Amino acid sequence: DPKRCSCVYFEVDLNPTCRLLGGSASLLRLYHRFRALDRNKKGYLSRVDLQQIGALAVNPLGERIIDSFFPDGNLRVDFPGFVRVLAHFRPVDDDDSGMRDPKQPEPLNSRMNKLRFVFQLYDLDRDGKISRHEMLQVLRLMVGVQVTEEQLESITDRTVQEADEDGDGAVSFLEFTKSLEKMDIEQKMSIRILK
Amino acid sequence: MFLLLPFDSLIVNLLGISLTVLFTLLLVFIIVPAIFGVSFGIRKLYMKTLLKIFAWATLRMERGAKEKNHQLYKPYTNGIIAKDPTSLEEEIKEIRRSGSSKALDNTPEFELSDIFYFCRKGMETIMDDEVTKRFSAEELESWNLLSRTNYNFQYISLRLTVLWGLGVLIRYCFLLPLRIALAFTGISLLVVGTTVVGYLPNGRFKEFLSKHVHLMCYRICVRALTAIITYHDRENRPRNGGICVANHTSPIDVIILASDGYYAMVGQVHGGLMGVIQRAMVKACPHVWFERSEVKDRHLVFLLLISEVKDQKKSHFTLFCVLGTCINNTSVMMFKKGSFEIGATVYPVAIKYDPQFGDAFWNSSKYGMVTYLLRMMTSWAIVCSVWYLPPMTRETDEDAVQFANRVKSAIARQGGLVDLLWDGGLKREKVKDTFKEEQQKLYSKMIVGNHEDRSRS
Repeated sequence: DPKRCSCVYFEVDLNPTCRLLGGSASLLRLYHRFRALDRNKKGYLSRVDLQQIGALAVNPLGERIIDSFFPDGNLRVDFPGFVRVLAHFRPVDDDDSGMRDPKQPEPLNSRMNKLRFVFQLYDLDRDGKISRHEMLQVLRLMVGVQVTEEQLESITDRTVQEADEDGDGAVSFLEFTKSLEKMDIEQKMSIRILK
Repeated sequence: MFLLLPFDSLIVNLLGISLTVLFTLLLVFIIVPAIFGVSFGIRKLYMKTLLKIFAWATLRMERGAKEKNHQLYKPYTNGIIAKDPTSLEEEIKEIRRSGSSKALDNTPEFELSDIFYFCRKGMETIMDDEVTKRFSAEELESWNLLSRTNYNFQYISLRLTVLWGLGVLIRYCFLLPLRIALAFTGISLLVVGTTVVGYLPNGRFKEFLSKHVHLMCYRICVRALTAIITYHDRENRPRNGGICVANHTSPIDVIILASDGYYAMVGQVHGGLMGVIQRAMVKACPHVWFERSEVKDRHLVFLLLISEVKDQKKSHFTLFCVLGTCINNTSVMMFKKGSFEIGATVYPVAIKYDPQFGDAFWNSSKYGMVTYLLRMMTSWAIVCSVWYLPPMTRETDEDAVQFANRVKSAIARQGGLVDLLWDGGLKREKVKDTFKEEQQKLYSKMIVGNHEDRSRS
């Protein structure tokens, strides 16, 4: 039975979004969070609303993370869109994987999708490969002015060399996943919403 | 038509009588005690009754939600998500450890997986960050019959709606006019009184009158808001020649503190009615009003303060510095450095509002001053506690910032408020880059090491 969340300014059919997050309690929390972030009660979030979050503004990758909410040049993100991005970080529960219908599309919080999300933080031009230049850019964001250009370049070269298998000087998604195959992505990229 | 006339006059008479009775009651029970600083305890009784009603209302709502088998939204004051308080270094090391099979030595290097840390931290702040939470009004655990604080209004039964309706009637038709009348009395007395006192020649008599005019009018205003204040540790009350520093939640703070002591105030210049009041007040007592944007002006202000305050013989008042910025009740923002450079004795005061009876938080980007005051006057009451903390002075080896932090944490600890890192200016300006640099510095150490042990390329 579709859970309808009626509120002052818009009605949203939350059933499909519910499934993304695994439960209406979490959804309710995120909904209130969405409303708290939407200061002017527009019904959607713009870049500025997210940029106002102080703790995010001091995150070196803050802008990139905000970009992930506005794909394809969008200027607004509505609540379902907001949830869709955050659903990537839902912890993977055991009972989920067993009962999953293989015909259904892969849930957003699967290992592959989590990796794909992070890959896109590196791969700005969306060509499916992290070029040396893109790697350098991300590194520069994370270290600011603390590291010299030569040091950064040597680090980049080394990293790309290690991960690159087909020798094209860039890291494709497959090479990326391969270099991280031992990592417990599910745990490191999960955020648990309290009940 | 002739039959109606006597009926008409009857109504007019009744109206006249009830108004007279109302005003007499007003005078006897509210204004006269205010002038002399006594209290009949009516407000405390009112508070107790309200609490009982609120508890009942919440029970009904919970029952209603259970019947429909739905989830009642219970605001979680401790945060939405589970967070680990580990540092940047530890977390990135953890991530690397879980990803690589080779033994982790401490050689600084970069791993593709490092980005996970920043990504997850970023998402966590989007889901739940300290500041935004503080800036949206606090959420209550039991409903206080004000529709503005209820997220579960779909679970209200008929009985509850009737009660709520009754509440609205009482608040808007009885309490509001009463409060407006009181506020009007208080403010006009203040303006008139201070202007009159201003014409007197400077001297002890003028100060004596000024003190009593201020106190009387503030007490009337306190009753106009039905503010129920509990004072703690009154022996630490600010004395002459010192600076009183308090955490600032709303303009009401001023009224609450000033009704219990005679202060010369330092604050921002306002326009409109506030401006009129400010200009009148300054005639009787040397308050200092400055423009927020004029930095030079502010410096001048503090130079003035230094001379006024340090001159013990001259000053018969305590300087009241309204610091911090309007912020939700549960935290204390960093105080502006300037006020602590002066070197006088600081009397910290912690003010904490009980949000159950009315939310005193002023969201200045959402409501103007008049709307805010109307909201205050249509709430049940403003209940707050004031703690007077023992005086502090700046130590010789402390600089102004450290002293300010010390005072701030003392206030935060007392009021059970949460100490926040961010400067209150976060609301209006962009965050300083220094905080971002800190993270970058920490991270660079992990991938290139310190400047000293850069042995390999």
